[in-house]
Amino acid sequence: MRTTEPATPALAEADRLMTVCNSCRYCEGLCAVFPAMEMRRSFTDGDLRYFANLCHGCGACYDDCQFAPPHEFDVNVPKVLAQLRAESYAHYAWPRATSRLFERNGLTVALAASLSVAVFVAGFAAWTDPSVLFGVHTGPGAFYRLMPHNTMVAIFGGVFLYAILALAMGLRAFWREGKGADVAAHAVAAHDAARLRYLDGGGAGCSDSDGPAPDRRRPFHHLTFYGFLLCLAATSVATLYHYLLGREAPYPWYDLPVLLGTAGGIGLLVGPIGLLREKAKRAAATRVPQLRGMEAAFIAMLFLTSLTGLALLALRETAAMGLLLAAHLGVVFGLFLTLPYGKFVHGLYRYAALARYAQERKAGRSADG
Amino acid sequence: MTESDEEEERLYDVLVVGGGNAALCAAIAACRGGASVLVLEAAPKFYRGGNTRHTRNMRCAHDTATDTLTGPYTEDEFWTDLHQVTGGQTDEDLARHMIAESKEMLGWIAEQGVRFQPSLGGTLSLGRTNSFFLGGGRAMLNALYRTGEKLGVEVRYESELVGIDIRDGMFLAARVKRGDRTTKIRAKTFVAAAGGFEANIEWLKQYWGDTADNFLIRGTPYNRGTVLKMLLDAGAHPVGDPTQCHAVAIDARAPKFDGGIITRLDCVVFGIVVNKHAQRFYDEGEDFWPKRYAVWGRLVAAQPDQIAYILFDKNASTLFMPSLFPAIEAPTIGELAAKLGLDAAALEKTVRDFNASVRPGTFDPTMLDDCRTHALEPPKSHWARALETPPYFAYPVRPGITFTYLGTKVDRNARILMQDGKPSSNMFAAGEIMAGNVLGKGYAAGIGMTIGSVFGRIAGREAAKRANN
Ligand SMILES: Cc1cc2nc3c(=O)[nH]c(=O)nc-3n(C[C@H](O)[C@H](O)[C@H](O)COP(=O)(O)OP(=O)(O)OC[C@H]3O[C@@H](n4cnc5c(N)ncnc54)[C@H](O)[C@@H]3O)c2cc1C
Ligand code: SF4
Ligand code: SF4
Repeated sequence: MRTTEPATPALAEADRLMTVCNSCRYCEGLCAVFPAMEMRRSFTDGDLRYFANLCHGCGACYDDCQFAPPHEFDVNVPKVLAQLRAESYAHYAWPRATSRLFERNGLTVALAASLSVAVFVAGFAAWTDPSVLFGVHTGPGAFYRLMPHNTMVAIFGGVFLYAILALAMGLRAFWREGKGADVAAHAVAAHDAARLRYLDGGGAGCSDSDGPAPDRRRPFHHLTFYGFLLCLAATSVATLYHYLLGREAPYPWYDLPVLLGTAGGIGLLVGPIGLLREKAKRAAATRVPQLRGMEAAFIAMLFLTSLTGLALLALRETAAMGLLLAAHLGVVFGLFLTLPYGKFVHGLYRYAALARYAQERKAGRSADG
Repeated sequence: MTESDEEEERLYDVLVVGGGNAALCAAIAACRGGASVLVLEAAPKFYRGGNTRHTRNMRCAHDTATDTLTGPYTEDEFWTDLHQVTGGQTDEDLARHMIAESKEMLGWIAEQGVRFQPSLGGTLSLGRTNSFFLGGGRAMLNALYRTGEKLGVEVRYESELVGIDIRDGMFLAARVKRGDRTTKIRAKTFVAAAGGFEANIEWLKQYWGDTADNFLIRGTPYNRGTVLKMLLDAGAHPVGDPTQCHAVAIDARAPKFDGGIITRLDCVVFGIVVNKHAQRFYDEGEDFWPKRYAVWGRLVAAQPDQIAYILFDKNASTLFMPSLFPAIEAPTIGELAAKLGLDAAALEKTVRDFNASVRPGTFDPTMLDDCRTHALEPPKSHWARALETPPYFAYPVRPGITFTYLGTKVDRNARILMQDGKPSSNMFAAGEIMAGNVLGKGYAAGIGMTIGSVFGRIAGREAAKRANN
């Protein structure tokens, strides 16, 4: 039995719903949330946050529920788990106080950070030599005429490391509420996550206003996710070029960093727009309006990263290069600074939740939690 | 018919009344048979499909294991089970026909977009015989509605059948109430699939007296038996004992209607059950729970004030599926009695006597074990363990009515038989409204849906044939 009261209203409601669902179990075959729930008879706050991160809001269990509103039992699992999921991001965020700042004003903060860094880069260039900013630069090292490579590395390496640290701390907080996972469990989770296995609510397709329809979030999510990875790969390859081969950016269009970056960039343009559009179509009853801000911020930042990056690629041999580079660097900085506090973390916690689920399945655990 | 009723122009081939499994199977089959079909559902869209919304599985015969069924379940075995649970009170010809048709049903239902899954956690004992709907009954219904609408079935919600024009056993037209308008709708054939009368307390009282005031109705409030009554009044041959129904003991704190599956309690076999005088009244360990589940509704209905209490101790507290309301808990039997409003001394004596009569044995919930009472009346034949490890728990229970068995008699073509024994020329029935043909009494899990699907499909097919003639 539970020994403490749920800490927030969303936890209390999730606790109530999971008690209803555990007595019913009809949705057991739809996704991992219900089998995970069935391994327990009562739920700790950590268990509930774990369920919330196993859910990706496909809406199937809402369409299928005989107790959904207007029934007096008022069961709306996707909505309540979405609320709790958002709350859990703030709960795990490090440092805790920072997360408050992002809860409501995600986009504003991200844009402000981007703008200040863009202004800083532009200002830095203008201050060292005004003609540099609007000049036309070509050939290797063109970018570093605005700002020395080492300064860039210091700024972006710094924010990158900070993001990694903050994300790791968040993951650690999540992990501490569970029992850990071994290598095999991670393998299962990685496989499920890469395929977005549970996205479609057992295969009937997601819930939209006209009842189950083919799931259209998956391709856009894949575009976004793999687009992001490709861009990361582009940056990594460029870094290797720089330090191992001594080759300086910008690279010709046929070179690996540019090819990877372009492919990824296109993914990051199409994916986020598609995701936003598909989300808007979802059954209103299962959406949580307050959360859209957070999602929009992350999606907008990805989109802007790609937009400025591709613009830079297209116009890098013109006088616009200086400002575009400043803008791109600014956005990338803003993106990384806000990664640990926005929608990005859903990937981490979902992955960690899947790993925990794979572990629990393997252990056949049926503890009285 | 009232003169003022507006009459609709259109003559439908098949008019189906009801919106559950039986109705939708009929509508789809009729549509596939080339008929124009109108479905009238009294409930608003969310509550469509009455009791079907609450189901989780159906029982169909099959000769081999499948990816969701753990082994074969032959027609003969199905028949033996049905014969046993009904104590022989079933129409053998019709029942065997249904069982034979049930074999095709699994494939047919899947073709309509319904998906199955292995038996749910906590229901392993049904894994071989029963096919579980992925996402439960509402998911199943949603698939049937989607398919029906794609095929061209017209569905009207909040449209209650309030009168039927029947002449010499032949359906002519229906009066349908929508908001405060009543219209007259004509059709060549009529399929009655509007459920039993379980939600009509006044009707239940005709047989049960005031006792029925204390019944909880597990499913839809819309199954008031109005269509059944109209048919019986118009000369349809009744079938079944009106007091027979599927009734289980559910949590007394459940809502009056529509509490569904989550108020059921599966702990009777692990404890003792007492009435409001703190007296035991039946062998709690008579047989496996799934086989005794459906006798406890009637047992509790026979107790004073139709209330009883399941008691158990800490040792039993995790042996059964959780349910909606938390158990009432106390450190001693006396304090538990106080919380339940029972006489403490009486309850303590009942528990003391029970504990004293328990013979040593090896407790095993997976078999009919040797833990039993000695020289106790009534006995507890299996799983009897002394209640001696605090805390102690209790669930208050009342009769929960699932559905009634009184219905209209039908033939193998689901055609309604009239009192003179002749089949109606164009009226059919399927589902709860004719369940009494197969179920004289008793119940086997999943058979409600079998009755609806099999006879629904037959009714739709036959109605379309008749309309096309
Ligand atoms: C909690 C619960 C769990 C159950 N679980 C199972 C299970 O797992 N397996 C199983 O086999 N059975 C189960 N049953 C029994 C099963 O629900 C029924 O046997 C089956 O659904 C009956 O189907 P039906 O189509 O005859 O009736 P219903 O599905 O009840 O449909 C009848 C419809 O008729 C409509 N109606 C009534 N009067 C009128 C009118 N005058 N005009 C228009 N429409 C009207 C109602 O609104 C309703 O939608 C369960 C029942 C309950 C309550
Ligand atoms: S969402 Fe509804 S149907 Fe699904 S398990 Fe929960 S209570 Fe049951
Ligand atoms: S919304 Fe989808 S993923 Fe979330 S709990 Fe329901 S079925 Fe599972």
